[in-house]
Amino acid sequence: MSEVISTDAVIIGAGPCGLFAIFELGLLDIKCHVVDILDRAGGQCAELYPEKPIYDIPALPIVTGSELTQRLLDQAKPFHPQFHFNQMVTELIKHGDNDFELRTDGGMVFRSKIVVIAAGGGSFQPKKPPIPGIDAYEGTSVFYSVKKMETFRGKDILIVGGGDSALDWTNNLAPFARSLTLLHRRDEFRAAPDSVKKMRELVAAGKMQMKLGQVTGLTGADGILSSVQVKGNDGAAFDIQANTLLPFFGLTMKLGPVANWGLNLHENLIPVDTEKFESSTPGIFAIGDINHYPGKLKLILSGFHEAALLAQQAFRYINPGQRLLFQYTTSSTNLQKKLGVA
Amino acid sequence: MAKITFIQHNGTEQTVDGIPGMTVMEAAIKNMVPGIDADCGGACACATCHVYVEDEWLDKVGKRAAMEEDMLDFAFDVKDSSRLSCQIKISDGLNGLRVRVPEKQF
Repeated sequence: MSEVISTDAVIIGAGPCGLFAIFELGLLDIKCHVVDILDRAGGQCAELYPEKPIYDIPALPIVTGSELTQRLLDQAKPFHPQFHFNQMVTELIKHGDNDFELRTDGGMVFRSKIVVIAAGGGSFQPKKPPIPGIDAYEGTSVFYSVKKMETFRGKDILIVGGGDSALDWTNNLAPFARSLTLLHRRDEFRAAPDSVKKMRELVAAGKMQMKLGQVTGLTGADGILSSVQVKGNDGAAFDIQANTLLPFFGLTMKLGPVANWGLNLHENLIPVDTEKFESSTPGIFAIGDINHYPGKLKLILSGFHEAALLAQQAFRYINPGQRLLFQYTTSSTNLQKKLGVA
Repeated sequence: MAKITFIQHNGTEQTVDGIPGMTVMEAAIKNMVPGIDADCGGACACATCHVYVEDEWLDKVGKRAAMEEDMLDFAFDVKDSSRLSCQIKISDGLNGLRVRVPEKQF
């Protein structure tokens, strides 16, 4: 059993609202651990539109998703948040007032006084292509991610896709596979040029094959794949012999385990009050795109406001009986010390 | 105003009013056309507003941009007529446009 991490607050989701919550909680001396299913901070800003401009962040007439993320990380830095990436919170258990246990799919365990769910549209999970009958092979012959490369030693592997995941795993698994084919719908790749070059070298060296087309069907028995049917770009159908299929079609947002935490839900959103942004369970807050209240606007700026207000209530839970003095960062030496500027 | 017809996988047709300047995806969402998910809200970042443009309209809707071409890698069963409906701007010239909705956005 892994070591339990004790903390004031666990924030689920490292998107813009989760990141700003670190700042607001930090001003009130509340220490945070942040868990996210992606491998970096930013949430949708990082995954969906890192290079696309956002025009409605107050005082930033134009900012890209990745810039906004970086600025929020800088702003939260004085409070030393601890990030845990590639982890999905699977369980949230209430043991008592201000005593929550959280567990992740990576085996991490947290014990926390309050919980902030800033999970946006839910967790990013791999897209499953709607190939007829694919369900029967999932987990035995079809995999949407690679956890241990060793699992794929000696296999006849077909990788589908043209992005970084597809190309990285093609290059990394080539030495492990008995045979490896990369299938993509066109002879252009979104992946990093270096990875594409490496893949083409492997093809030239006869270590793997690259084919153009799209999967139309699967053949196999008892969950074990034997061949994959493909429609080639010239319209001709052909088969690729493979006992392992790795489709990389990007990520999609799914509500995920949040649905199982015993919270009241409204159309897959968490209803909260507009004073404390608290869910039906005291001590569990929800901010950003995942919450719901009358008049809710799914804007990043709404999530910032929600973060500031939840922090007030979080302070009362964590410091019962203590008076909360309202202070401005412009004039309070106390706050400026916390920010490292006084 | 431009009339746009969405044809579902089962053949059901729904014709909606498209306002010039809007995208075909926005016209679909505004009229709750089933099968246009538009997860990313029109940022050309998800490929869940995939449609097949009927042959006679292919030239009129124009060509895919590079970013859209990249995004179509995330769609399933991509054909020559595949477009992301968030990247088709409605104009009076598209009055009568017919697009097919795939069985499933995924």
